[in-house]
Amino acid sequence: MRRSVARHALVAMALAALGPPALAHVEQAQAAGLLSGLAHPVSGLDHVLAMVAVGLWGAQLGAPAIWLLPLTFPIVMALGGLLGLLGIALPGVELGIAASAILLGAAVMTERRLPLVVAAALVGVFAVFHGHAHGTELPPGQSGLLYSLGFVVATGCLHAIGIAIGAIHRWPAGRVALRIAGGGVGLAGLFFLWRAVA
Amino acid sequence: MKLPHLARRRGAAGLLLALCAPQAQAHLVETGLGPVYDGIAHFALTPEDLIPVLALAALAGLRGADHARRAIIVLPLAWLLGGLLGAWFKLPAIASLAWLPLLALGGLVAADLRLPVAATTLIAAAAGGFLGLANGAAMAQAGPGVRGVIGIVGAVFVVTTLVAAAAVAWQQGWQRIAWRAAGSWIAASGLLLLGWSLR
Repeated sequence: MRRSVARHALVAMALAALGPPALAHVEQAQAAGLLSGLAHPVSGLDHVLAMVAVGLWGAQLGAPAIWLLPLTFPIVMALGGLLGLLGIALPGVELGIAASAILLGAAVMTERRLPLVVAAALVGVFAVFHGHAHGTELPPGQSGLLYSLGFVVATGCLHAIGIAIGAIHRWPAGRVALRIAGGGVGLAGLFFLWRAVA
Repeated sequence: MKLPHLARRRGAAGLLLALCAPQAQAHLVETGLGPVYDGIAHFALTPEDLIPVLALAALAGLRGADHARRAIIVLPLAWLLGGLLGAWFKLPAIASLAWLPLLALGGLVAADLRLPVAATTLIAAAAGGFLGLANGAAMAQAGPGVRGVIGIVGAVFVVTTLVAAAAVAWQQGWQRIAWRAAGSWIAASGLLLLGWSLR
């Protein structure tokens, strides 16, 4: 009697296992994707320093660079992310990220005033490296769009922080403080370079 | 004798339930308040639908009140038309192209191009038709059908009106730059979404 019960239950379980697959989109992972995207840029010091330095440099250069650099950066960064997602390798990504911190830090330290096109091109090249390295690290099961949005928004907020800090540029003491901060970013870039090469 | 009979019946019931198990289609949030509210909740919780509407409303609002008025009318109407076509003809869902309106509308907001009213109308009609078509097909598959589309269209009208009004009112100095920065973020997200869809 017990064997019969067990046999029936076993058949029922086997057939249940053959049921059609559930195609449920896991909605609870949507918010997690946004949070992962927001957290990712601030979890790496190399990315944080380079993004803040973009804002600092924009503040030093004034209009229109102050808004043009942060406006173009996300789109070019996404282009780098797209290359990464398509599997197109970019040689020396970590070196490029380290170089971005060194050169952007040096630009802030020396208050370098490059022509707008050159400054935008320089920042754009660095954006490709940052997007390639950081924009493609989606945790499994999370929304690609919300992760991307969170990643881009967090990066934009880092620019905004840089611009806000850069507002001290109008005072002589603030100008000196900014140049010191630029030197700090450059030194950190040298450390990232050493770490990338070692 | 009684127990095997009971076991057989239970086993048969288990088999029946297993074979009748429907495919889960959890694309839609079920509010329990009916298909219209399900459609509204779907729109509010689906960034692929919500963000392009925000971008289009910002685009129209930044161009001025006459552009905004046109978008407020044309976008929901085009959405409704696309939704009805998608739902009635059960067209295949085009979710893989979700990156396109994000990239296009976000890029236009970031670029801050001077567009004539006719161009804004055309863009609103194209975006509404495209997104409505995708929504209608999804609604037909998920259950709420046309009534779900009507809920979405109502939500589209409200969101477009509020955001376009905000963009008309707040566009001086740094406020315009903030709108444009938001546009560049949306375009960048669309570009990354293209990468995810091709991966």
